[in-house]
Amino acid sequence: MNINDIIKPENRVYTKPKLLLDNHMHYCPGCSHGVVHKLIAEIIEEMGLEDKAIGIAPVGCAVFAYNYVDIDWIEAAHGRAPAVATAVKRLNPENLVFTYQGDGDLAAIGTCETIHAANRGENIAIIFINNGIYGMTGGQMAPTTLEGMKTSTTPYGRRIDLNGYPLAMAPLLAQLDGTCYVTRQAVHTPAAVRKTKAAIRQAFANSMNGLGTSMVEVVSTCNSGWKMTPVQANNWMEENMFKKYPLGDIKNTVK
Amino acid sequence: MKEEIIIAGFGGQGVLSMGKILAYAALMDNLEVTWMPSYGPEQRGGTANVTVILSDQPISSPVLDTYDTAVILNQQSLDKFESKVKPGGTLIYDSYGIHKAPSRTDINIYRIDAMEATFEMNNAKTYNMIVLGSLLKIKGLVPVESVIKGLKKTLPERHHHLIPINEDAITRGMNLVK
Amino acid sequence: MNEEVKLMKGNEAIAHAAIRYGADGYFGYPITPQSEILETLEAEMPWETTGMVVLQAESEVAAINMVYAGAACGKAVMTSSSSPGVSLKQEGISFIAASELPALIVNVMRGGPGLGTIHPSQADYFQATKGGGHGDYHLIVLAPSSVQEMADFVTLGFDLAFKYRTPAMILADGIVGQMMEKVVLPPARPRRTAEQLAKQCPWAITGKPASRKQNIITSLELDTSVMEENNNRFQRTYRLIEQNEARCEEYMTEDAEYLFVAFGSIARICKKVIEEMRQQGIKVGLLRPITLWPFPVEAVERVSQQVKGMLVVELNAGQMIEDVKLASQCRIPTYHFGRLGGIVPNPQEVADAFIKFFPDSKQ
Repeated sequence: MNINDIIKPENRVYTKPKLLLDNHMHYCPGCSHGVVHKLIAEIIEEMGLEDKAIGIAPVGCAVFAYNYVDIDWIEAAHGRAPAVATAVKRLNPENLVFTYQGDGDLAAIGTCETIHAANRGENIAIIFINNGIYGMTGGQMAPTTLEGMKTSTTPYGRRIDLNGYPLAMAPLLAQLDGTCYVTRQAVHTPAAVRKTKAAIRQAFANSMNGLGTSMVEVVSTCNSGWKMTPVQANNWMEENMFKKYPLGDIKNTVK
Repeated sequence: MKEEIIIAGFGGQGVLSMGKILAYAALMDNLEVTWMPSYGPEQRGGTANVTVILSDQPISSPVLDTYDTAVILNQQSLDKFESKVKPGGTLIYDSYGIHKAPSRTDINIYRIDAMEATFEMNNAKTYNMIVLGSLLKIKGLVPVESVIKGLKKTLPERHHHLIPINEDAITRGMNLVK
Repeated sequence: MNEEVKLMKGNEAIAHAAIRYGADGYFGYPITPQSEILETLEAEMPWETTGMVVLQAESEVAAINMVYAGAACGKAVMTSSSSPGVSLKQEGISFIAASELPALIVNVMRGGPGLGTIHPSQADYFQATKGGGHGDYHLIVLAPSSVQEMADFVTLGFDLAFKYRTPAMILADGIVGQMMEKVVLPPARPRRTAEQLAKQCPWAITGKPASRKQNIITSLELDTSVMEENNNRFQRTYRLIEQNEARCEEYMTEDAEYLFVAFGSIARICKKVIEEMRQQGIKVGLLRPITLWPFPVEAVERVSQQVKGMLVVELNAGQMIEDVKLASQCRIPTYHFGRLGGIVPNPQEVADAFIKFFPDSKQ
């Protein structure tokens, strides 16, 4: 089989999802965002929801998510994505509406909007990228930053007496009656990626079926902010992040 | 025709709703009308007042400094508004709880014992309609039929059985005026 | 039925007018003195009739972001609040303006600053007319002085917002929100269909059909030259609005020698003063800006050439007077009379202030 045979469409074993645009991603090498973006594009295609999907982009590293996935997007103010998604879904009940948010956006400035959208049981999917740090603004402490973790605003490590405790959002949302599905996943291995894909797919299906709020937390690395190589960052995440943020379904009322 | 009225008393005496019923009656009579309440937490137990203006011409200011008629239902309101009645105007007050009666000689002062009449009716909620009856007897303003029409229009259907009691209260109020 | 005369509060009139306009959504948070807007909408249950969405949000911040979202979808959406709540909304309003979205915001002003009072005020004039949030932008600002205008300006506000793709604000005060007057509500019309919406708002977020490119609503632009061009485009729109949309009411200005300038309910107090002064032979008139932005510059300039002096009456420490002086180029004596902290001056106080500033007017 020569190269011309290999590239024939019938021989192709893998192709980039059509919805994933050709724009160069601005994410750092090793970042988890690209993987999750690809999953979202793939799932929307597989579900045939290209003309129904509306994404709400956050303020944070994923602020330009709309440049990468070829659907309609609204860029929300910092933390307000769940409020924006609430109105979009209520005004367009037939659409798939999801937010894509980081830990600063969802767990600090947007905690109020997150909790209330979930508590109202808005029929939206929330994709939550938790890497324990503010990536875009240069590596400051996030609410999810682990104890002892060094950031540019906790240069000697997060101290509980000064900065309080790391905030676990998933269990908090799981106890609300409005949520139907809360899960915590990761994308650091092929197996984990497949699980995350299944989780996001279910969250999207829940939105379309009007079952309530779904939240898929993706525990992620920020190798730039953590000042590690991508491989080191994955190892550090497994050893440290997963202890505080263990993977698995926290709530699933849709079996 | 233009009548500038202040109705003032305690929150809970039905001051605002009395003004509202008068305003609706004026609407039934095709008059121009404004109803401007004091509003906020002071309504709950504190003093409450409402300015009602009825006119056959468009009304400019809904806020006034002097009034043709003042309907006064407690001492604080009397202290505040007695001096604001235009010379030759009308002050109607309920004697109940008034320890210092109005003293002006250049206005027409009517004392009515509306609270007493309310006790006789054994229904505290009729108080403001008794006062309204007295006001209508003294000032005319709108026919009683318009008040009833206004009540029918504003009360939900399920409360229409209360209209006869209110009509009775208005009549009693009218009879209080000697 | 559409022409029926009703008696209602200004706040209630706004709610009924919104349903009849065919508004798609209202998102609000309770605050005195405007809570009747949300209460009336919840009681009317328009989702059962027109399909209008009504939602009590968790905060003013959430509410304005819901409005931003609905506007991004091309929907006719609105919110209402009072001064402290409108301060909270400013970030979202800036986003709506920067994203060139139509929306209607109602501010039933109360006395500030801070938590202030619940009583009437006009102290948010600067905030409303000069932008309010961050960045170079304007709202179209409508100042109703009657319950009828509260209803009418819902229609006007939405229409202008969609015409220019810019947020509009109804800047009312506690008086006009709380008082009851006769009102003829606008005729009820159905909400726009999806087809009408797509035609009117091809930029709207609807979910991307295969037939068109992505629609993206964002105010973020890191390329400074593109951002400058965006700003230039906003400014061109604002110049167009200034040319076309300035509105005011003139009352007895034809032969006036003195002029009151006042907006909202305070203009009506001035009218009563004028009625009484005219009986004393003082020739005084009123100019009432209906659009506070764009300010009726041409009218103020014209009338200021004819009168000897102007008294600007406001429920603030002197805000609109700056625009009056700019429009009249300070060519005649121009004074300010205002009460603060939620106190409304009565007609006599206004008349006294006028005589104090213009003692010669009595001849």
